[in-house]
Amino acid sequence: MSKTLLKPPDQLELTEAELKEEVTRILTANNPHAPQNIVRYSFKERAYKPISYVDQLAIHFSLDGNLLLRDSDEGRRQSAKIGLEPEVEETEVKEEGSKEDIPEAGEGEEPPPHSRKEQKLTNQFNFCERASQTFNNPVRERACQMEPPPRATFSATANQWEIYDAYVEELQKLEKSKEKEKQKPLVAKKEDKARGRKLTSLESQSDDVTKVTKAAKIVERMVNQNTFDDLAQDFKYFEDPADEYRDQEGTLLPLWKFQYDKAKRLAVTAICWNPKYKDLFAVGHGSYDFMKQSRGMLLLYTMKNPSFPEYIFNSESGIMCLDIHNDHPYLLVVGFYDGNVAIYNLKKSHSQPGYKSSAKSGKHTDPVWQVKWQKDDLDNNLNFFSISSDGRIVSWTLVKNELVHSDVIKLSVEGTTMEGPEGLQLQTIGCGTSFDFHKKIDYLFLVGTEEGKIYKCSKSYSSQFLDTFDAHHMAVDAVSWNPYHMKVFISCSSDWTVKIWDHTIKTPMFIFDLNSAVGDVAWAPYSSTIFAAVTTDGKAHVFDLSINKYEAICSQPVVAKKKNKITHVQFNPIYPIIIIGDDRGHVTCLKLSPNLRKMPKEKKGQEIQKGPEVEITKLDKLLNLVREPANKPKK
Amino acid sequence: MPLPLKGTCNGMLLTCSALVTAWAEVEETLKRIQAHKGVIGTIVVNAEGIPIRTTLDNSTTVQYAGLLHQLTMKARSTVRDIDPQNDLTFLRIRSKKHEIMVAPDKEYLLIVIQNPCE
Repeated sequence: MSKTLLKPPDQLELTEAELKEEVTRILTANNPHAPQNIVRYSFKERAYKPISYVDQLAIHFSLDGNLLLRDSDEGRRQSAKIGLEPEVEETEVKEEGSKEDIPEAGEGEEPPPHSRKEQKLTNQFNFCERASQTFNNPVRERACQMEPPPRATFSATANQWEIYDAYVEELQKLEKSKEKEKQKPLVAKKEDKARGRKLTSLESQSDDVTKVTKAAKIVERMVNQNTFDDLAQDFKYFEDPADEYRDQEGTLLPLWKFQYDKAKRLAVTAICWNPKYKDLFAVGHGSYDFMKQSRGMLLLYTMKNPSFPEYIFNSESGIMCLDIHNDHPYLLVVGFYDGNVAIYNLKKSHSQPGYKSSAKSGKHTDPVWQVKWQKDDLDNNLNFFSISSDGRIVSWTLVKNELVHSDVIKLSVEGTTMEGPEGLQLQTIGCGTSFDFHKKIDYLFLVGTEEGKIYKCSKSYSSQFLDTFDAHHMAVDAVSWNPYHMKVFISCSSDWTVKIWDHTIKTPMFIFDLNSAVGDVAWAPYSSTIFAAVTTDGKAHVFDLSINKYEAICSQPVVAKKKNKITHVQFNPIYPIIIIGDDRGHVTCLKLSPNLRKMPKEKKGQEIQKGPEVEITKLDKLLNLVREPANKPKK
Repeated sequence: MPLPLKGTCNGMLLTCSALVTAWAEVEETLKRIQAHKGVIGTIVVNAEGIPIRTTLDNSTTVQYAGLLHQLTMKARSTVRDIDPQNDLTFLRIRSKKHEIMVAPDKEYLLIVIQNPCE
């Protein structure tokens, strides 16, 4: 260890003058480390302001001691916890107590329990309750009651259909508003508003029974269905099981009977099924007796309600014939006894015909015996034909709401020209009583006359007939083309016969004698060989040529009283029933038993053939048997 | 019942004469139903379940109206819940003694009690 000064290598080298320089140091109480630029945000002036005074205390060292003043709260608390001190205290107090008088020893004892009590005090504020009961003022109630506000309970369900209804309503409102926008004129709007107001006021007034119309109709049908329950069941399901034992013969099961009391004295002159609604049919009432001509009625019945007609129309003259349009099932054309024709529109609620012919517009001068709708002409106008005893076949067209007529053919009796005054050749006019149009060949139609002749005519030739058949000895009551076979037609007459013809051959294929004047004949829509004929002695005959070529497979009296003549028969297009009208104004509905509806049996191994071709071939086979020229005599 | 001069019938605006015929027609239909074989009574109930027209006595009417109204609402709700585009056409309740037929409408309900004679 040397005692020489060791100079650190980085010591300042100073001159002696510098070394002697006096440097003054001032001691202040300021803390040199204290910050001098503290700023605080003043909310009053909303700016940062420097604090003028800054704490200058500098703490060099601090150490928290763990000594407590004994008498302080904390000290007492801790000593209570430890429990050592009080014992020391006790001994001290006891000592003091022993020094003093003996009775004070008792006191000495007291303080320890006191101190104990004091120690048990958990209330650190030495809280003592100072309560005092005051006199309570009497309470008085002041209330007032009002009428409760009007309340209504509202409850609703949110079902699927309620939501659907709401949407549909919205849609309708939108559509209505769109329509109103399109109709812009203000005047119209005002009218609408006025009308709307009137409507609402009236609606609320009338607690209307008319709103129950639809429900009433349904209920009426239900009530009827209940009453005629067994008939309805028969209609739908009953198939006569006895037919198996009856050896090809069939029966007609009577179902409903339709009658209207206001039409009781009128004969049924025409019946027609509605092409669209298969349970609806129209009945025309009038009178065949030319001495007793009175009013007429047109009624439409439905099988769903046998006790009351659906539609009722009155007319001044008896109705002789009617037809329903195929495409417009609400349009009916009617021919009257006084020679007029009229069109009724079922959609309109008037009880009068929509359009009617008159003497000016070319009505017939004799009763109209048959009317038939035709296809709409080139201008899409409705078109129908009518035939009458005045010898004219007239085509009527509905042009711009008016009936325009044009004579198609004038029937004249061949070979009966008479010498009239001044050398005129007068042709006797034939009287047409029935006609039928070919289903496929549009221009071809047949006309039956009162003289018993059937003419084959064409729409395009107005003066000549294509062919003439000497059919019957008396008036031809009905002619009808076969629905399947193109060449075959049937005719019936008051000379008691029904004849089946091939329009290329002059003589009839089949002749049937029914022992009474035949009122009407109709082909069945489901078979080419089945037809029905009705006679004035109240019988209905059903023939099936494929089963029996000479006799009816069913001859049944249908109407109750013997004096009742049957006037018309019609097959229903889909159901196995026929309706028969008589001259008492009743229409009877009958069901055909299974034997009357036989379809050709399939040979084993062959496929079941369906369709109209089958029917055509069936009839062809029969005709071929019969067509042998003059060899086989027929009855 | 006062006849309205101009009003609606099933949503169609009709003139006086047409409305009279419509009203007369309904009246006739209801009379026919009442006169039909086996019909015991007819009741027309409005949308709130209050009978407005009846051929039975008061207490029976009120009972039928109240009960059947609820049943019809329930039935209709059921049918429409399954398919909202569907709607109830009519309701038939066949009991031992007779048959109750209910035909609901938008605002009214027509009840007919019939004894189908068998």
